Amino acid sequence: MLKEGQVRIPSGCAIAAIIDRKGGMINGSEIIKSIALMHDRSNGLGGGFAAYGIYPEHRDEYAFHIFYENAQAHQNCEEFLFKHFNIDVAERIPTKKVDSISNGPDIWRYFGRVNRVRMKNSRLDESEYVVQCVTKVNAAYDGAYIFSSGKNIGCFKAVGYPEDVGEFYMLDRYNAYLWTAHGRFPTNTPGWWGGAHPFNILDWSIVHNGEISSYDTNRRYIEQFGYKCTMQTDTEVITYLFDHLIRHHNLPVNVAADVLTAPEWAEIDRMDSDKKEYFTNLRAIYSGALVNGPFSVILGSNKGLLAINDRLKLRSLTAATKGSRAYFASEESAIRIICPDPEKLWSVSGAEPVFVPLELNEEEDV
Amino acid sequence: MSVNYIPRRFTVVRDKELCINCGCCVRQCSNECHCFADDRKTVISHSADCVACHRCVDLCPTGALRIEKYVCDYRENANWTPQYQQEICRQAQTGGVLLSGMGTPKDYPVYWDKILLNASQVTNPSIDPLREPMEIRTILGRKPEKLTVEKKGKSTVEMPPQVILETPIMFSAMSFGSISLNAQKSLAMAAKELGTLFNIGEGGLHPDLQPFTDRSIVQVASGRFGVHSDYLNNSKIVEIKIGQGAKPGIGGHLPGEKVSVEVSNARMIPEGSDAISPAPHHDIYSIEDLRQLIWAIKQATNNKKPVCVKIAAVHNVAAIVSGCARAGADIVAIDGFRGGTGAAPTRIRDNVGIPIELALASADQRLRDEGTRSQISLVAAGSFRCSADIVKAIALGADACYCASAPLIAMGCHMCATCNTGKCNWGIATQRPELTKRLNPDIMYKRVVNLITAWNHEIKEIMGGMGINSVDSLRGNRLMLRGIGLSEKELEILGIKHAGE
Amino acid sequence: MKRIYAIEELCLNCRLCEVHCKTAHSLSKDVFKANKYEEPTPESRVTVYGNNFASAALNCRHCDDPKCVKACITGAMTKDKTTGIVYVNENKCIGCMTCLAVCPYGCIKQGKAAVKCDLCRNENEPACVKNCPNHALIYVDKGGEEK
Repeated sequence: MLKEGQVRIPSGCAIAAIIDRKGGMINGSEIIKSIALMHDRSNGLGGGFAAYGIYPEHRDEYAFHIFYENAQAHQNCEEFLFKHFNIDVAERIPTKKVDSISNGPDIWRYFGRVNRVRMKNSRLDESEYVVQCVTKVNAAYDGAYIFSSGKNIGCFKAVGYPEDVGEFYMLDRYNAYLWTAHGRFPTNTPGWWGGAHPFNILDWSIVHNGEISSYDTNRRYIEQFGYKCTMQTDTEVITYLFDHLIRHHNLPVNVAADVLTAPEWAEIDRMDSDKKEYFTNLRAIYSGALVNGPFSVILGSNKGLLAINDRLKLRSLTAATKGSRAYFASEESAIRIICPDPEKLWSVSGAEPVFVPLELNEEEDV
Repeated sequence: MSVNYIPRRFTVVRDKELCINCGCCVRQCSNECHCFADDRKTVISHSADCVACHRCVDLCPTGALRIEKYVCDYRENANWTPQYQQEICRQAQTGGVLLSGMGTPKDYPVYWDKILLNASQVTNPSIDPLREPMEIRTILGRKPEKLTVEKKGKSTVEMPPQVILETPIMFSAMSFGSISLNAQKSLAMAAKELGTLFNIGEGGLHPDLQPFTDRSIVQVASGRFGVHSDYLNNSKIVEIKIGQGAKPGIGGHLPGEKVSVEVSNARMIPEGSDAISPAPHHDIYSIEDLRQLIWAIKQATNNKKPVCVKIAAVHNVAAIVSGCARAGADIVAIDGFRGGTGAAPTRIRDNVGIPIELALASADQRLRDEGTRSQISLVAAGSFRCSADIVKAIALGADACYCASAPLIAMGCHMCATCNTGKCNWGIATQRPELTKRLNPDIMYKRVVNLITAWNHEIKEIMGGMGINSVDSLRGNRLMLRGIGLSEKELEILGIKHAGE
Repeated sequence: MKRIYAIEELCLNCRLCEVHCKTAHSLSKDVFKANKYEEPTPESRVTVYGNNFASAALNCRHCDDPKCVKACITGAMTKDKTTGIVYVNENKCIGCMTCLAVCPYGCIKQGKAAVKCDLCRNENEPACVKNCPNHALIYVDKGGEEK
C-alpha cells in the first residue's frame, strides 16, 4: 500500500490540548488521560503529542526529532545535519517497550544551532534556512524523516493508540506549559510513523481533526511559495498556510486564523465599513488559503495556542478555562476528566478563532 | 453551371394535413425557403437555402414543419468526404476563402466530457445548498502579494481595482456589428440583474448601452474602433483583445455595406467604409509593447480599471499568459479553439489553436510555478455548454468563465452556423432591422437570467456535493477531478489523476 | 379599462395573432379544425397591416364613446357597462354594416353579422396577446380615453 507522501490520505481524529497561560508546567500524564478518554475516535493507526517548554536546558538550540528506517538513512541524514548545523547532542530518544507498538523506526534527537557560514552563504534568514533544511531531508533523504524541528519543543508520535504512544515515549517524564495531542483515524493508510500527528515545523505544531475539501486548492496555493506538500495530508498543508501567513507575510496569528476561516460574504456584507474592507481584502488576496470542509485545528506555538473550527461548524471542538489553564478537546468529557469543574466551558464556533496567548513569554526568556 | 452542383443540406418537410396555410413561415424565413403558390393561398416550400435554423418550425402554429437532413450519397470515401468535395467546388467557383460562423463543429476531443467530478461520502459531509450558504462570489483583478493590517479588523493594504462578480460566469465579447443591438442589450440587462459583466466586443459602444456601462467590459482591439476616454472610463474592465479562439492570428473584416449609420457611429468610422481589424495590433509587435499599451490604458483610466488581456489558446499559451501577467495585465483571458465567432475563415476555425482545457491547465500551472497565480485573475473562454463545464474549468484553475454561445442559444440561436451571412432569423447575428426586431430584449434577457440562475444553482449543488461551500475552495482544486479514457500525457497536462486512482 | 396595444417595433408580421384569434372565436377551439375545416370559416378579429419591415396588429379600441354603438340601428352593438367591452349581439345584428362605415379605426369586418374584437370576453388575456411570440401585443390598463 502507498503511504503518506505517495498518496493523499484523508483522516478523522480526536484532538486535545492544554495550555498554562502563565507558563506553569503540566505533566504529560494529564494530556494522556484526556486523549485516552477519546480512544474510540482513533483506530490505532497513529497518535502523537507536541510539548512546549520540555528542553529548558537547550532552549536556544533547535531540537530535531528524526525517524530512521535504516542505517543508510541514518548515516546520510546525519552527514547532512552535521554539515548544516552545529550539533551539540545526538542521542536516541528514550522509549519503553509497549506491546501494542512495534515495527518502529530508529528514533533519534539532536540539539544544535545553525551553521552560520552555510546560512549566510545561502542568503536565507535563520528560520527559512531551517525550514529548507528540514524540507530537503524529508523530500530527498529516503528513509529519514524529521518530525520535530523547533526550539524547546518536541513532537512525539507513533503508529498506535495515543495513550500507548504516550507510554512508549514515557511522556510522564516531561513537563510542558503547552501540550497538544492527537489520536488518528485514517481511512486508507497502512499507518506510517511519520504520518502520525502532530505535524511540526519550527515552533509550529498542528493537530487536526477533519478532512478538508479544499485540500488541493490550498496545496496548490501554498506550493507557489516554495513549500512542498510531501505528506499530502491536511495537517501538513494547514501548518504551511499558518507558517507562510505568519512568518512570510507577518500577519498576527488571529489574522491568519481569519484567512483560514473567513466569514461568509453574506455576513461580511452586513459589517461596518472597516471590517467589510478588511474581510473583502483578506478574502480577495487569500482566496486560495480559505480552508473548506469539516475541520477543527489546534495550532501550538511558543506564542500561545490557537483553536479554530470550520465555517459551518461541522466538527466538534470544546474549550474550557480554569485559572491560568485553558483546555481544548474534541469531546467535553475529555476535558472534564482532567478538569472536572471548569470556570467556563463552551463549544468553539465556526469562523470564530480562540487564541490563548502565552503571557509570560518574555519573562521566561530572561 | 452544372459542374458547380452542391447538394442542398436540408429538406423542409411540410405536413399538408397539418398546414393551415397561414403563411407565417413565408414571412419569417429570411432565406426565402417558403412561398405562396400561384393560387396565393397554398404555402409551399423549396429547401435550397434552408440552414436548419428552425425559425419556421418553432413558429408554425400547428407543428406542420420539420427539417430533415438532405441525403445525397457520394461514393464512400473516408478521405475525400462530401464536405471537402463541396468546399472545393465552392472555392473553384468563387476563388475565395471559405467563411463560417460559430465554433468549430469538428469532432475534436472535448476534455470536459472526459473529466469526472468528485463528491463527499462518509469521511466528509456533503453540504446542502438549500440549507447552508453556498458562495460563488468571484473577485477579479490584480491582488497585492500580501495583506497588511493595523490590527485584526483593520486593513491597511492598498488594493488595486477589483471587480466583484456574483457568479463566475461572464458574457464573452460580441461586438455591435457581429450581433444585433437587441442581443447586446439583452446580455447587458441580464448582466446587470445577475451581478456579472458583459463584454461589448470591439465594435464600440452604442449609446443605448450607456445605462449598462457599469456592468461592461470594453475592448481595445487591433482596429481600435470606438475607443475614447469616456469609453474606457465608463467600463468596469478594459480588455485588450489580442486574439480570438475561433481565429487565432486573424483579424476581422466588417464589409462596408454592413457599416450602417449606427455601426459607423459606434465604431467611429465613416458610414459605408470597411471596418478592418488588423491581424496584430500594429503597436504591439512584442511583449514590451503590450506593457506600454497596458500602462497607457491604466493612465487613461487613472488606475481605476483592471486591464484584461485576451489571447487565443495557441501552442505556447502558458508562456504567453505568464508574459502577459508580467507585462502588467491584471486579468488574462484565454479563449480556446472551440470558441464561437461571427465569421472566421473555415480553415482557421477548424485547424488553428488548442482546446481550452489543456491551455487553461498549463497556464494555471505555469503561473503557480512562477508564484504569481494568486496575484492575477485567469478567465477561461471557448465553449462552455453547461454548469459542469464551468465547475471543471474552475477546478482546473480558472477564476471565471466567459460564455457566449450558451446565452445566444437561450435567446433563440439554433447553431445553424451561418452568422456570417447576416441573415439570422432569430435577430441575433444580423443588422437587418426587420430581423433584429424579432429579438425582444425584455423577453430574452429574462431567459438569459434564467439560464445563468439555473447554472448557478447547479454549480452550488455540485460544490455542495464536494463538501465545498465557497467557489474559492473549488478554484484550482484538481483533486476534485478525475480523467476518464485519457492518456498519461493528457492527464499530466491537465494535472489530474485517472478515475479509480 | 384594459385594452390591447400593438407595439409596432416588436411586431414580426408573423400574423399568429390572426390564427389564434380565429381559433378562439371558432366553434371547435381547435387550431386545425378552426383554420382548416370549420364551416363557416371563423373570421379573425385582429388584422396585421404592413410587411416584414413595418407592421402592426390592429383591433377594436373599445372606445369610451363608441361611434359604432351610436350608429347601430338595431341595438345589437353595445358597450358593456361594467367591463367596457364593445360587442355585437349576433342575434340582433342584421348585417347592415353601418358600424363598419363609422368606425374610425377600420376594425369591424363584414360577415353575416358584424365581426369585431370582443377581447375574448371570458378570458383573462385575449388569445392574440397570449400567443404573440414577441410580446408585440400587450393587454394593459393605461387609463385615459382613446380617441
